[in-house]
Amino acid sequence: MNSFFLILVVIGLSVAGYAVGRARSVIAAAGDVRILHSLPSYYGMFVALGCGLPAILLLALWLIIQPQIVDNMVMSGLDPSIMPTNPDEYSLLLTDIHNLSSGNAVSREASPAIQAATDRYVALQSIGFWSMVAAVVCVALGGLAWSRSQVSSTFRARNAVEGIIRALLIICSMIAILTTVGIVLSLIFESLRFFARVPFFEFLFGIHWSPQTAIRAEQVGASGSFGAVPLFAGTMLITLIAMLVAGPIGLLSAIYMAEYANPKFRAFAKPMLEVLAGIPTVVYGFFAALTVAPLIRGWGESIGLDVASESALAAGVVMGIMIIPFVSSLSDDVINSVPQSLRDGSYGLGATKSETIRNVIIPAALPGIVGAFLLAISRAIGETMIVVMAAGLAANLTANPLEAVTTVTVQIVTLLVGDQEFDSAKTLAAFALGLVLFFVTLGLNVIALRVVRKYREKYD
Amino acid sequence: MTDAIMNSKPSTEVRRPVASEERLRKRYAAERRFRLYGLCSIFAAGLMLIFLVGSIAGTGWSAFLQTYVQLSIHFDPEYLDPAGTGDPEQLRTADYGGLMKKNLRDNFPEVTGRKDKRKLYNFISPNAGFDLRSMLIENPSLVGTTQDLWIKASDDIDMLTKGYVDRTVPESDRRVTDMELAWYDKLDNAGKVKSSFNTDFFLKADSREPEEAGILGAVTGSALTLLITLLLSFPVGVMAAVYLEEFAPKNKWTDLIEVNINNLAAVPSIVFGLLGLAMFLNFFGFPRSAPLVGGMVLALMTLPTIIIAARSALKAVPPSIREAALGLGASPLQVVTHHVLPLAMPGILTGTIIGMAQALGETAPLLMIGMIAFIVDVPGGFTDPATVLPVQIYLWADSPERAFVERTSAAIMVLLAFLIFMNFVAVLLRKKFERRW
Repeated sequence: MNSFFLILVVIGLSVAGYAVGRARSVIAAAGDVRILHSLPSYYGMFVALGCGLPAILLLALWLIIQPQIVDNMVMSGLDPSIMPTNPDEYSLLLTDIHNLSSGNAVSREASPAIQAATDRYVALQSIGFWSMVAAVVCVALGGLAWSRSQVSSTFRARNAVEGIIRALLIICSMIAILTTVGIVLSLIFESLRFFARVPFFEFLFGIHWSPQTAIRAEQVGASGSFGAVPLFAGTMLITLIAMLVAGPIGLLSAIYMAEYANPKFRAFAKPMLEVLAGIPTVVYGFFAALTVAPLIRGWGESIGLDVASESALAAGVVMGIMIIPFVSSLSDDVINSVPQSLRDGSYGLGATKSETIRNVIIPAALPGIVGAFLLAISRAIGETMIVVMAAGLAANLTANPLEAVTTVTVQIVTLLVGDQEFDSAKTLAAFALGLVLFFVTLGLNVIALRVVRKYREKYD
Repeated sequence: MTDAIMNSKPSTEVRRPVASEERLRKRYAAERRFRLYGLCSIFAAGLMLIFLVGSIAGTGWSAFLQTYVQLSIHFDPEYLDPAGTGDPEQLRTADYGGLMKKNLRDNFPEVTGRKDKRKLYNFISPNAGFDLRSMLIENPSLVGTTQDLWIKASDDIDMLTKGYVDRTVPESDRRVTDMELAWYDKLDNAGKVKSSFNTDFFLKADSREPEEAGILGAVTGSALTLLITLLLSFPVGVMAAVYLEEFAPKNKWTDLIEVNINNLAAVPSIVFGLLGLAMFLNFFGFPRSAPLVGGMVLALMTLPTIIIAARSALKAVPPSIREAALGLGASPLQVVTHHVLPLAMPGILTGTIIGMAQALGETAPLLMIGMIAFIVDVPGGFTDPATVLPVQIYLWADSPERAFVERTSAAIMVLLAFLIFMNFVAVLLRKKFERRW
């Protein structure tokens, strides 16, 4: 909360800086603002930016760097007798110190040495905080003073302000790239640590998935095996079921809405389909687990089939319902962009509407429709909550949709929402799975966007 | 086909009208069938939507009601304040759970035996004692009197009242025994059971006891998280869109940014959760389970949506406006801030609301950063541990008690109500400010 207060202080100083800069420019012009290079408000803006920007920047950097420095100082000042040797114990001790300082439960009895380290940690934290307050306020005031001294009747305040704002605009647009870089880096670094313990090819081509690793060295029966093929197979099975539901329904709905429906029906049906896309996936997951899975199980048992209570079919069907709007609205767009002249030509030859659609429009729109399907598939592969709630946890290598399968996203969630410490192969495996997921969906998206774009250019 | 018709002589024998009519009939039938398929698939989608909403509303509406049973409670001064000090602190620390149990025994003197007594205690909510305590602390003069009070029933009795307990199944297969049924019927016939609106569902945070569990904590957590998301993603998104649409030169670099934004919009949400876990929690050391980190992760997720919507809104502003402003001597930045942005703002806001609605319903990335913890307090700040509405739904959906099923559905209804409201606002905005140039 305290750093929020500091942010408020900096904002207050900036507002004050605006008033100071504006007043100063009027004085510099001796009351006649026409001789100024820019409008007085630009001088105010310049001083406000000069005061606020460096201070906020410093604050952000400080907040990021301080924890690392404090941790290092605490650990290096630690009593050598309890200094842990391996990195796992090191991070555990550090976590204990953090928890002890905030009054949470810790994993061990607080020995005097640890208590001392904790006191030191608290002291360093508070020193760090107050020096941060001092530094940030100093920088803000310094920036205010400097930018105020710049104000004169010939100073080109507007150009300076616009330059700064332009730089800010560029930085904002680069955040998208930074996010991608962040995703790739974090996934790759954690995955490399995983592949240091589990061979890459064993992960990619192994057919046995059982991520329970031993917490203690002498524990038996929990060696952990990370062959991800059953997860890939399960993901593909559920995706296939989803596309079997969403593909025909979505495509036929799109065709009907684009070609047959009158505007009134369209105005009602299109938003209705879009409601399906707006429902949170956790709701679909609940629906799948509570309503659809028992329903399918009941049907299956009434005709003598053995259906698992968490069948791939239930998860896949509900996921298909969720994806219908993606397929239909994307296909709708591409069908609408087929030029009318093609339709008229076909009608002129005496073809009926459905013959035109089947023989002219669909072939013409095919690349776009394929792109839409690819996007929908990538969506299905990455979907999490439905499968977490409705698909199973057991990694079965099966093609039977009535059995329980597990997927990549389910495993990521179950591996990370647990009690295992962060450095185990088990938790790192989640990042390796995330890496695969990221690159597979990225590849599908790139291909789909290419296909859609290339096709659109044809008629534009 | 055309050749065949042209070469054939116009003689009635060769044309065989029956065959051609047959063919035409078939083609028209195929036409009608095809049309029907399309109509059917739209209706299938609509039916699924109705089925989904109907099944959730059907299981969830009863969570808005809560069962109370009337008991005459004697506030025994001997029990509450044995020393007779009259000290408020004594009232605060007295054993109200014990008092409830004692009064239950007095109300049902026929019950003996340890097991039966325990069943009897299960009749009312284990937390009902706290309600008694706050009542007495507010009004200490009640000590020594006997009051007829409506006490919150336990979830089993609540389910029984709502008709979810099937009396026809064998006793061993249901949670309510025959004896409890007999007690319940006795109370019910005496008019001592009532259902009233469940205010606790809206005014309390999560609890292990279904009759005590509410959504206030999750709603507050969602609000705090969304506030952070909005504060981060709206300015950054709009500024990025302004740069790309108004200032950026067309080169490889801006192409890269553009492709990146489109790809980010399609990255699975759980990958953003992994990013948050590895970067914000492990690398930067931000607090776990906090709305601050949740909001940052969701902001990164929402950013592409806002940028894409804002760009199309900016694109819709006609160039003549820019040229007029430039012609009057405005700088490029003034053109944008004084003319283009205000005109594009309704479109940008619509896109932002839709992005926020997506963020409100998002669950998976928040599981990764620990917002799945069981939290009984309403979060008071951006760094307090918190949970959000969709995660609350996920947590309740995992709970085995029947009473949590209806609460899950009710929480879903609240979430959907928020989403419908947000989308409604977006549609209204679009309608109100829609402008044809």
